[in-house]
Amino acid sequence: MEKFTVHTGKAAPLRASNVDTDQIIPAEYLKRITRHGFEDALFAAWRKDPEFILNQPQTQGVTILVAGPDFGTGSSREHAVWALMDYGFKVIISSRYADIFRGNSGKQGLLTAVVDQEVVEALWQIIEEAPETQVKVDLEARTVNAGELTASFEVDDYVRWRLIEGLDDIGLTMRHVETINSFEAARPTFKPVTR
Amino acid sequence: MARTLAEKVWSDHVVRHAEGEPDLLFIDLHLVHEVTSAQAFDGLRETQRIVRRPDLTLATEDHNVPTIDIDKPIADPISRAQVDALRNNCAEFGVPIYSLGNAEQGIVHVVGPQLGLTQPGMTVVCGDSHTSTHGAFGALAFGIGTSEVEHVLATQTLPLKPFKTMAITVNGALPEGVTAKDLILAVITKIGTGGGQGYVLEYRGEAIRALSMEARMTICNMSIEAGARAGMIAPDETTFDYLNGRDHAPKGADWDAAVAYWRTLPSDADAKFDAEVVIDASELSPFVTWGTNPGQGAPLSDVVPTPEDFADPAAREAATKALAYMGLTAGTPLKSIAVDTVFLGSCTNGRIEDLRAAADIVRGRKVADGVRFMVVPGSVRVRLEAMAEGLDKVFLEAGAEWREAGCSMCLAMNPDKLIPGERSASTSNRNFEGRQGPGGRTHLVSPQVAAATAIRGTLSAPADLITNAS
Repeated sequence: MEKFTVHTGKAAPLRASNVDTDQIIPAEYLKRITRHGFEDALFAAWRKDPEFILNQPQTQGVTILVAGPDFGTGSSREHAVWALMDYGFKVIISSRYADIFRGNSGKQGLLTAVVDQEVVEALWQIIEEAPETQVKVDLEARTVNAGELTASFEVDDYVRWRLIEGLDDIGLTMRHVETINSFEAARPTFKPVTR
Repeated sequence: MARTLAEKVWSDHVVRHAEGEPDLLFIDLHLVHEVTSAQAFDGLRETQRIVRRPDLTLATEDHNVPTIDIDKPIADPISRAQVDALRNNCAEFGVPIYSLGNAEQGIVHVVGPQLGLTQPGMTVVCGDSHTSTHGAFGALAFGIGTSEVEHVLATQTLPLKPFKTMAITVNGALPEGVTAKDLILAVITKIGTGGGQGYVLEYRGEAIRALSMEARMTICNMSIEAGARAGMIAPDETTFDYLNGRDHAPKGADWDAAVAYWRTLPSDADAKFDAEVVIDASELSPFVTWGTNPGQGAPLSDVVPTPEDFADPAAREAATKALAYMGLTAGTPLKSIAVDTVFLGSCTNGRIEDLRAAADIVRGRKVADGVRFMVVPGSVRVRLEAMAEGLDKVFLEAGAEWREAGCSMCLAMNPDKLIPGERSASTSNRNFEGRQGPGGRTHLVSPQVAAATAIRGTLSAPADLITNAS
């Protein structure tokens, strides 16, 4: 996983709450068996609308998405994270996320920054008035900066450490394989097996 | 210290605890399907890892398999490639699989419980958010992403931060004709789609104790729609009776040891929950959704709400958008809404009791003109059981379609989908935009409401049929 410390880029405002993962990537795109190449699937239904925010000239090249509350609800599909990243997003900013989506993002290196809804509103105003604004997200300092605005954001300590170090979760767990072995040996015999 | 059910199951699975790090939890059962696993198996190959416990892993094909002509190759080449990938991966890594055509194939959350693989006090995961279904047995069961699927395949563990706990206490008794589906839809409307975020929900109280295992599964299944990763119900005699004798349930001395352990699991009387919601079951009535998330619901006897009536600006805007998408006008009686399709099935309501309840309403009646009524059993076992009882004939004689098992129109990954603008009454779990096909409009309902709606052609409760007949 790529290390993440500071990211600076253009941001797009997504003025919607409850953006579920069926909207982020509709089910028909989940049949692919690769891990990349999902950029065309991102918000596929909404992108058919010429008015949709990511179809506007001023949002081309954005890397940060500022969204309403309860982003990423619904299905556990990690394809939602892959599609956002394949499209070019490095950071999502919102006041609330669905748990599974947030977990998936952390595994893939997509930063989900939590700020108050007032900060979301302020960011929306800034990037709508001046779409070229360079928004700076500093994971070490846990701050987001855009124009005159500087606000702190929340991120899980452990996820932050893993992102900054660029560490792979499975590799970390494999360091404790002896502990897993001894736990396994002590499991009750009545637990079922699948064959 | 007094502990909740969720806390007990959690602590019995902690492999490693270290300050400032997530707990490493052992996973007792890992269910796998075709849509969220291919990239995880690829990851194992790339890193030259193996599946640590294929004997605690089980795969089934469900999300994009067809529900007709299953003896022929899958027509859609992309779906076929994904199913083939699962078969090849299972063969390569030694994972047991129930493929299309096998007598045990079906929706992953129907298959696990009916085989007796889901038991109290277990940790159960699957790359599917409706894994919360298995919590009905007092298991800690939750959906995971593909990275986590790979993690569990490789290590049989997951690093997790402890959840908070929320009690959903349902007092009183459900009135006649009101089901588990109505109850959970009402709970989601009450606490909202984000109300359960960060929590494990524990459903308790008199109304929950009175429910069958299948009804409990319907409740726990939709915990995710309230934002909670898991929902649980304490095991009791109903749970033990359901499990006793099933293929993978413990036998002999193991059964006795297991039951003795299971009896220790219910939350202690003085256990503290981080939050509690209390509901009076006797006040509930058949419930449907009118919007585009499962929290946008109302009693069926109500009217389409007026967005201006919502105090919260975000809820108001969401309601306005939802009504536009759904093609509905505020103030319209919900019972006057005509549907094109009725879908009975899914991991929420595709079990035998659901089919029986719907068949009881349909028996001797005809599906309304112009309405397509699709009945899709949750598994091959459910399908065969229903056929042994003659339910297939009841549905066919009424004019419904009797299909093979799978997820089908719940998420429209196979050919079963709505066409743009079409409206459905669906016993599934999500009414998101386009969920049942691009441009499709979904009203979530119970099997009983689905059946009555199929007969009348407009959203209806079974009681509406009786009134008409008399």
